[in-house]
Amino acid sequence: MAKQIVTVDPLTRIEGHLKIKVEVENGVVTNAFSSGEMFRGWEIILRDRSPLDAPPIAQRICGVCPMPHGTGAILALDDALNVKPPTNGRIIRNLMLAAEFIHSHLLHFYHLCALDFVDITAVLNYKGTDPKLNKVKDWIQADIDAGVASAGAPFLPRYEGDYIQDFDVNIQAIANYLKALEVRRKAHEMLAIFGGKMPHCQTLVPGGVATMLDIDKVIAFKSRLSEIRGFIDSQYIPDVVAVASLYPSYFKIGGGVGNFLSYGGFPVDEDGNRYYTSGVYLDGNLSDFDPKYVAEFVKYSKYSSGSGLYPLKGETVPDARKSDAYSWLKAPRYNGKVVEVGPLARAIITYLKGTDPDFKSLIDSALTALGLQPEDLISTMGRHAARALELKLLADKMDEWVNEIDPGKPVHTKFSIPMTSDGMGLTEASRGSLGHWISIDNWRIANYQAVVPTTWNGGPRDDSGNMGPYEKALIGAPVADVNNPIEVGRIIRSFDPCLACAVHIMEGDREILKFRVC
Amino acid sequence: MLISRKRFLQISAGSIAGIALSNLWLPKLLSASNATNGKGRLPIIWFQAQACSGCPVSFINTEYPGVDEVLIEVIVLEYHPVIMGATGDLALSVIDRMIAEESGKYILVVDGSIPLEEDGLYCTVGEKDEKPITALEWINKISESALAVVAVGTCATWGGIPAAPPNPTGAVPASQVIKDKPIINIPGCPPHPDWMVGTIVNVLKYGIPELDSLGRPVMFFGPDKLIHDNCELRQYFDTGIFAMNFGEKGCLYELGCKGPVAHCDAATRGWNSGVNWCNRSGGPCIGCTEPFFPGGAGSGIYEKLPGAEVPGLAGINASANTVGMALGAAVVAGIGAHAAARVISTKYRQYKDEKNREKGTPYILKEKEEEEDK
Repeated sequence: MAKQIVTVDPLTRIEGHLKIKVEVENGVVTNAFSSGEMFRGWEIILRDRSPLDAPPIAQRICGVCPMPHGTGAILALDDALNVKPPTNGRIIRNLMLAAEFIHSHLLHFYHLCALDFVDITAVLNYKGTDPKLNKVKDWIQADIDAGVASAGAPFLPRYEGDYIQDFDVNIQAIANYLKALEVRRKAHEMLAIFGGKMPHCQTLVPGGVATMLDIDKVIAFKSRLSEIRGFIDSQYIPDVVAVASLYPSYFKIGGGVGNFLSYGGFPVDEDGNRYYTSGVYLDGNLSDFDPKYVAEFVKYSKYSSGSGLYPLKGETVPDARKSDAYSWLKAPRYNGKVVEVGPLARAIITYLKGTDPDFKSLIDSALTALGLQPEDLISTMGRHAARALELKLLADKMDEWVNEIDPGKPVHTKFSIPMTSDGMGLTEASRGSLGHWISIDNWRIANYQAVVPTTWNGGPRDDSGNMGPYEKALIGAPVADVNNPIEVGRIIRSFDPCLACAVHIMEGDREILKFRVC
Repeated sequence: MLISRKRFLQISAGSIAGIALSNLWLPKLLSASNATNGKGRLPIIWFQAQACSGCPVSFINTEYPGVDEVLIEVIVLEYHPVIMGATGDLALSVIDRMIAEESGKYILVVDGSIPLEEDGLYCTVGEKDEKPITALEWINKISESALAVVAVGTCATWGGIPAAPPNPTGAVPASQVIKDKPIINIPGCPPHPDWMVGTIVNVLKYGIPELDSLGRPVMFFGPDKLIHDNCELRQYFDTGIFAMNFGEKGCLYELGCKGPVAHCDAATRGWNSGVNWCNRSGGPCIGCTEPFFPGGAGSGIYEKLPGAEVPGLAGINASANTVGMALGAAVVAGIGAHAAARVISTKYRQYKDEKNREKGTPYILKEKEEEEDK
């Protein structure tokens, strides 16, 4: 069969503007291109502003994951201002970031990905008594009966394909699609209890948090956490297992590069130890992470400037019409190698390091239950499983953390802004490893830089032609019907793409060499 | 349906001005609604340009009515890139169908600013004949056949952060692209879900709500919604108790609160199902609903109001107290902020004289002043 080109643009149910183009031969993907399609120039806008503007503006890089960006910014500022948050400040930051993980992971599974697997039309055959399901059923049925073209919008139309046949699994998933809307809203409420509002919270400042803390806030947080933990344990994990067990083939496809990176995140003490461990898994070997090995390549990115440089040394100029370039994302590489970041990367590195016995035993029991080998995790469905399992453990951990808050103690350490300084903030975001860098000169931001998870995962080819993780994951994947390439969406969405975050630029014409590398 | 924006504002202000709705109006409106099953619901194409998706995420945080009720009873969400089942050409075919079959009947909701530089190539969605289609082209095309346009979020209403100096992509708000349609502006970074859902329900049930001179629904952003006048920390201001550092109790004015010049009902409505709102949390209002947000290069979001530099108000960079007044007056187009600004300037002078003696100057300026002393 001749080669067919399939373009999926826009790839919906993600954050931002993403185009995926694949070449399909005999029903199998043989080539793939991932293109970020939007550019705003956040780092340019941050320049010459007060350093304190970094947290509120950096948060607004992304409305789905503002907390990680806010966290990257305050960690970079803590470093630059040489200030340490008090214990309460550190814990509240962790709790807010973790609440973001809850919102983000639930949104990802139920509201972004589930429609790739779950047959929404199953609700038309629902005979039970759940009022919400009956409302959905009546709504879609009435529109179908009336011959309305938009029947079931926004859930229909959809690609046709091998949706779940099991009636009970479909109904359970649809019911929890609706329930999860509430649960993730409550995760935002939790975050707002300490952060004022969400998306884009108010209290992220260097030296801790700006929260006016009292015991009522702690209690309000705890009560929501306990409800959410109930949902994760009794609904989310079983739903992920149910979908995973119906699609065993997706434990074999969408694996991709097999190299992984984690910066580590959630500081658990004043010595800098973190709940998520950092590390690199490269060509089958585990090693410590060292930021000096990070370089960004731009041969196929829409920038007309130097390639293969440490992020903060690059001179970067946007060029919307550069020939051969097909993405606004750059191609970051670690020691020249393509790596994947995200929940799966954290899982692989934590599992192999053996630093968290709870995590290892949970992964092992999940593998046993599904009849899988550890290497099967490096796959489309493995990403969903890793995300679900890490959320369960994180939510359990939050219950310990919230009990460590002492409402009588300060949440903030006084700071002052130095005339010149540099700072680096590395954290784990819901979607993977995130780094922010800041350089301060004359009390103003001289330079700002963010290297984000979706840049690692969704970037284009590097100068040597090596594909990025999205592209690599698509190679060899089946596409049963080129007019309904449902498989492409399933594989790419398992990474949880977030494109607004991923496109970034730094003008490197001054002060660039001052950045300290760890 | 081609009426000028000015005429539109006149009509809508005149016809609906009688309906004054309280904070509690939303449930009433919903229960008054008989709309079901596609009839009587408002068809919506929600298009994202240079967006961060904070607006749709806030939208689905709506508590009453819940988002499922909104989707089933209030609107027909024909196109929404974050939520919809369809992908790729199948998704875009929905827009084509709407333009062909539902012309003049649907609302275009836009979030994100629209880049004009490089012929709009800084934001593209889909392609035709292997060539990318820009967000600018889409918005022109979709708005042409729309009944009205709702710009949600500060990027789509005023330009927001992408349009902040030096505006690398030539980002503009929807109103600078769409000239011949009524536009309702719902600012905020992001807007409260009630502002979005409430406005849409109002359009469906009663027509376009009363708008101010900037196209904002008065019921959410009117002159009586000045944050400073509704702030529960106001007592601290009145008694001269000011937080000098983050996390302290007191009026947040000294930490850069923009409450005296920012309009929205967050203080009385509360965010995220009412659990909190900006100033109550301890994080000062940053004025995210106002055209001046986030300020220009050289300014700071947390700098005290007097002395703030305001983009778009060329030449205004006078000394401390006059700027506060000019800022307030200009931003709210003369609707009652003079008084607030005057209160601030006298109160502030008094307070600062005392505080300076007692505590020294606030932290942000401290180093600068020390440096100058040397």
